[in-house]
Amino acid sequence: MNWQSWSHFFAMGGYGLYVWGSYAVTLVVLVAEIVALIMRRRGVIESLTKYYEARGRNNETKA
Amino acid sequence: MSKSKRSSLFYFSSPQTFYPLAGRMQPWFAGLAVLFCLVGLYIGFLVAPTDAQQGESYRIIFIHVPAAWMSMFIYLVMGFWCGVGLVFNTRLSSMWATSLAPTGAIFTFIALWTGALWGKPTWGTWWVWDARLTSELILLFLYIGFMALQAAIDDQRRADKAGAVLALVGVINIPIIYFSVQWWSTLHQGSSVSMKSAPTMAMTMFAGMIVMALGFWMYSIAAALSRVRCVILERERHTEWVMAEIGGQK
Repeated sequence: MNWQSWSHFFAMGGYGLYVWGSYAVTLVVLVAEIVALIMRRRGVIESLTKYYEARGRNNETKA
Repeated sequence: MSKSKRSSLFYFSSPQTFYPLAGRMQPWFAGLAVLFCLVGLYIGFLVAPTDAQQGESYRIIFIHVPAAWMSMFIYLVMGFWCGVGLVFNTRLSSMWATSLAPTGAIFTFIALWTGALWGKPTWGTWWVWDARLTSELILLFLYIGFMALQAAIDDQRRADKAGAVLALVGVINIPIIYFSVQWWSTLHQGSSVSMKSAPTMAMTMFAGMIVMALGFWMYSIAAALSRVRCVILERERHTEWVMAEIGGQK
């Protein structure tokens, strides 16, 4: 085991800011991509639902 | 569906048949990504020893090196699909290229960011304009340029073609990044891992890096599958099957 305690673990031998700064930003960026993908899927389904509804109404008025 | 049609290589090259397949594969790759990353982090923080020269700061390489590998690898895959799209004019290949770019850009950013945070305590500087760092920055601009160019052209076919030409010209940058540390005298160190010889680092450190790389690889596939499904729905919205698919979502 490398670490005697949690505080040793967070300190990273004095490099805590650099190590955790790297891991935190990586995590934030990847989570942001996942959230963006979920929102994009919802957005696509929502906008296409409206698109088909509008197209359906258009066809009714034409007929 | 006849058996011969199903076994054909081109069966899944149609967006309509690929869309449900992508949906079934995505959770498996996402699960593998989580698994590999957890194991990789376990090895990286709890098994791998402190580095004799760099102390604990070297633990940044467990994300830096895999992210840098993915940034180059995703670009090559994107370039491949751009080439296929240009030559065969297949819709799905262009959709793949479009879907890979954001994830590639994200890994390029992570490689640059973690590199800066590793460089400061190790080299004493966040950034230098050496060949390795500069060519990796150019890679980020290539990804951003590809996405911006595609977004700026309304006609989808022309957007795909213009993007493909840009991406293919940019492929030349990949060997430049990879071999930059051999071709020029750079501040960035040479590779500790090569195809030809045993890695010049402790086995546990090497294992942590490889497992994290597998995790990032699986993540990239999962993210690209999710994105390509959105792109398929958007671009194929004029078809009956997308209309039925959207109708089934309500």
